[in-house]
Amino acid sequence: MTTEARLGQVANYVDERTGAAAWMKKNLQKVFPDHWSFLLGEVALYSFVILLLSGTFLTFWFDPSMREIVYEGSYQPLQGVKMSAAYASTLDISFEVRGGLLMRQIHHWAALIFMAAIVAHLMRVFFTGAFRKPREGNWIIGVGLLTLGIVEGFLGYSLPDDLLSGTGIRIAEAIIQALPVVGSYLSYFAFGGVFPGELFIPRIYIVHVLLLPGAFLALITAHLMMVWYQKHTQFPGPGRTEKNVVGYPLFPVYMAKAGGFFFIVFGVIAFLAAVASINPIWLYGPYTPGQVTAGSQPDWYMGWLDGLVRMAPPWETYLFGYTISWNILLPGLIVPGILFTGMALYPFIESWITGDKREHHLLDRPRNAPNRTALGAMSLTFMVVALINGGNDLIATNFDLSINQIMWGTRIGIFILPPIAFVLTKRLCLSLQRADRELVLHGRETGRLLRLPHGEFVEVHEPISPEKAYLLTSHEQLPPLELPAVDARGVKRAGALKNKLRARMSDAHAQAIPKATATDLKEIEHH
Amino acid sequence: MSSEIEAIKDPGLPAHVHRKADHDPKAADRAERQVATMFGISALGTLLLIFSYIFIPDDLFIFVPIMGDQNAHQLGLGLGMAISLFFIGIGAIHWAKTLMPDQEVIAHRHEFRSPDEDRNEFVKTVKLGVGEAGLGRRSLIKKSLGTALGLSALSPLLLLRDLGPLPGPEQKTTTWKAGTYLVLDPSNRRIKVSDLEVGSVAQVLPEIKDPEHRLLSDIAKDAVLLIRLRPAEFNLTPDRFAMTHEGIIAFSKICSHMGCAVALYEQTTKHLLCPCHQSTFDVTRAAKVIFGPSARPLPQLDITVDSEGYLIARNPFSEPVGPSFWGRNT
Amino acid sequence: MKRLSRYRRHKTAAPLLLVFALLGIGGTFSIASATTASETSTVDRSTLIEEGRQIFLQGCSSCHGINAEGAAIAPSLIGVGEASVDFQVGTGRMPMADMSTQAMRKEPVYDEAETTALAAYVASLAPGPKTPNESQLNYERDGSTAEGGELFRNNCAMCHNFAGQGGALTQGKYAPTLMGIEPKHIYEAMVTGPQSMPVFSDKIITPEEKLSIIKWIKAAESEPNLGGASLGRVGPVTEGLLAWTLGLGLLIGVAVWLAMKAR
Repeated sequence: MTTEARLGQVANYVDERTGAAAWMKKNLQKVFPDHWSFLLGEVALYSFVILLLSGTFLTFWFDPSMREIVYEGSYQPLQGVKMSAAYASTLDISFEVRGGLLMRQIHHWAALIFMAAIVAHLMRVFFTGAFRKPREGNWIIGVGLLTLGIVEGFLGYSLPDDLLSGTGIRIAEAIIQALPVVGSYLSYFAFGGVFPGELFIPRIYIVHVLLLPGAFLALITAHLMMVWYQKHTQFPGPGRTEKNVVGYPLFPVYMAKAGGFFFIVFGVIAFLAAVASINPIWLYGPYTPGQVTAGSQPDWYMGWLDGLVRMAPPWETYLFGYTISWNILLPGLIVPGILFTGMALYPFIESWITGDKREHHLLDRPRNAPNRTALGAMSLTFMVVALINGGNDLIATNFDLSINQIMWGTRIGIFILPPIAFVLTKRLCLSLQRADRELVLHGRETGRLLRLPHGEFVEVHEPISPEKAYLLTSHEQLPPLELPAVDARGVKRAGALKNKLRARMSDAHAQAIPKATATDLKEIEHH
Repeated sequence: MSSEIEAIKDPGLPAHVHRKADHDPKAADRAERQVATMFGISALGTLLLIFSYIFIPDDLFIFVPIMGDQNAHQLGLGLGMAISLFFIGIGAIHWAKTLMPDQEVIAHRHEFRSPDEDRNEFVKTVKLGVGEAGLGRRSLIKKSLGTALGLSALSPLLLLRDLGPLPGPEQKTTTWKAGTYLVLDPSNRRIKVSDLEVGSVAQVLPEIKDPEHRLLSDIAKDAVLLIRLRPAEFNLTPDRFAMTHEGIIAFSKICSHMGCAVALYEQTTKHLLCPCHQSTFDVTRAAKVIFGPSARPLPQLDITVDSEGYLIARNPFSEPVGPSFWGRNT
Repeated sequence: MKRLSRYRRHKTAAPLLLVFALLGIGGTFSIASATTASETSTVDRSTLIEEGRQIFLQGCSSCHGINAEGAAIAPSLIGVGEASVDFQVGTGRMPMADMSTQAMRKEPVYDEAETTALAAYVASLAPGPKTPNESQLNYERDGSTAEGGELFRNNCAMCHNFAGQGGALTQGKYAPTLMGIEPKHIYEAMVTGPQSMPVFSDKIITPEEKLSIIKWIKAAESEPNLGGASLGRVGPVTEGLLAWTLGLGLLIGVAVWLAMKAR
């Protein structure tokens, strides 16, 4: 029997039991737009799969126990040293299991790439406005995935119970303990008593390998199903409208490209794991609360939190004998809470400002949404300043600076640099809009000079293609909201203050250079 | 001239540009050979992986430029795996790019909003169902259902009660008592005054019966830092000065900010620096905070000597050590 | 010459000229600042001390005082002992060139014989820590790597980092790297507590324990990086940097190639 006939038999078998042919036919032809920036989410997705695979490997040898043992493995500098079974089993994975160290490194590099890809993907979605209706829910799921990712990564690198990650857990315990009223109770419940106890590592192990991965699988599935069902957004351009998707079919093109990209991601992570050492826990030593290393930092995705905690003012208040540690609560919980809540609610904030309740499937070029782009640049600046302070001791030793200078610099910088970034970015976007308008109306500057018969020098401009002209002018420029303070009969409207704020923000948000139109072009022709 | 503004029209999808492999069979064959080569390189990578796993001993080191001495077994495994995976990907993508159709396809988006008819049907179905359940009329059922469900949801929370004991007095006390001997960490030797020179530090723990089996939970509160200065260098109140002995001063090593070990002593400035968040404490002024986010100085341990000259604690700590918590001062 | 001048406007002409100029300046400077070897002194101790005093008067007394009694800018050397001098001068920290934050390790100005003479002179002023001799530094025989590691993490890692790579102190000061340092100098630093470093007296860290620490430091130094190239052995900061630059950079590079139209 030929392959085709055999495949036909299998297909028939399945279809008779599930009716799969109908929905497979439709979905194999599903169209996916092609742009490199759409692959960032895929990097995150594939990193997650690699984390699952490499993580499962590690669970076959890791012992999540804080039971004290004496090391008797092959790593000489730790021979006879007392340590937890968790640390010892991680040493065994690194030195006794062939491929163990490689897998540990693949797992940790994959985690760093996972978080980096999530942030890069978030930036792409934000700056192109892909979070607008109907994708607000997916955006919230994304923010949830980012938050869970930070927690999952922290718990993951804390499992080996080494000196560096143990210090991180000590700090986490201090944050829990600082919560007013319930802090000590929560800390005692989490650790089974005083810090560090013997229960924390086994407990976070289950959170790290079962509960959070389960949550991830559920959220990622929902996230992908929404993308599938709502169809992916696309960049504007000739032939692309709000009512279509232009791209390549799932089978065979997208499957080959996206499937191939999985192997690329895996290959790059394996390459990093082969050539770059990461988390050399045998050098850190086992955790004990009486020791600490210079240059104690969390992994990069928590570096901004560390930076905020370092720059926090030393405020504590005492009420009737009770202590409220603002120096921990502000940078550790309150400010991050406000930031992430604001981030999650942003689609609704923006639609409130613009009054735009329509569906959007065409992306914005960032320059065409100057307010949003500037806001994004402002948030990034805030994060980067905080991140820099998180590494202030390493920056000081490497660049001959003082930690005190850097601390003060970032304490001030975190207030003045973000607004500066906002203004600069908005100005930049408006300039780019102006440049686009120039390009459409007057064409591309060729750099060739022409001398006219009467002596004047002009630069020859080449008209741009109709495709490019359309790309530069197809975006919408919504007018600001009309929110008069009084209605037609002169009666003051309810919520006047809120409306005034909304009107102001709407004005700022709508600020733009008017795009070139065909009418403009005709007028120029008549000159 | 018309006063209506005319936008620039959509010229439609640009004309399709053919690739070499589309019309030239030789180019297509070349592309196929390229793809096959990529897959071949991948296979070589797998062979390197297998070879390294079985045959390369794990104590062999080879020199690689820039990277220095590398473990050959590790490098072989890792590079083998990386190559084997990466080139499958490159091959597949190259195949899609050069040989699979690259004609752009257009699909149509449908409005998500359901047709009015379906919406009305939906509302009718729900209303009917709610009516049939009788929740609207039977408020007693509604109230009692709410109570039952609410209560049953609480029980898992109750079952978690034994996650840990309730905070007790141990949260505010340490092993240090009047007469506890100061011993070195990790050797557990007692300390005489003459053991410390001016400018010395020592990592200290309280002497316990079974030093081989100290609990980390105890170390997390008991760790102490001993520093010797000249008595004239102190700037302390009389009662704090009385807690020192011949220039030796003892502080809790657990940072009052978030609990890291504070042991970075700068001999010249007499400052203690915590490496976690850079809180800086002035030893001459009873570990007063002079920089950084910590809000409280490090608790000072009251020390003296016994009849043989060994350092002992005169009193336990007068306040809880370590990071703050809600009920710290109650 | 005419052949060469034909290339005067070549695109590599300026960079090449710059390289030659830099090499020339650097070479001239190195030759000019090379110290000449001094004559070996006799074994006679008093001659040694007198030699040391002469060197001291020439190179050190301007900051440390004619009688090593100290001044506003430099501490007294009375009682600091041989070991301090051997450490400070032997690692090139003294004479101090840049007065800003702290004495930096650099090429020693004085050779071994001169350093010994200086040390003998300072030791003659008042009793102080002695330079350890060969038999006192046999860390391979007398030290234990594992014990050394525990002691290191307890006493040293908080300033010098878990792998002895160094760390930041306040106001721009730093604890330097411990890699590539002579065992003798490590020993002397522990004993004398140079500048910001505290003193680790022999009763607090015994000589044997000191040798264990040195043994561990040397083991860490010679330990090859087991998982790949080390990223400085400073922890997650450099790891995160590499993930974003090499990791994400490579992946975005492939993504751009993936989405590009084939020729």
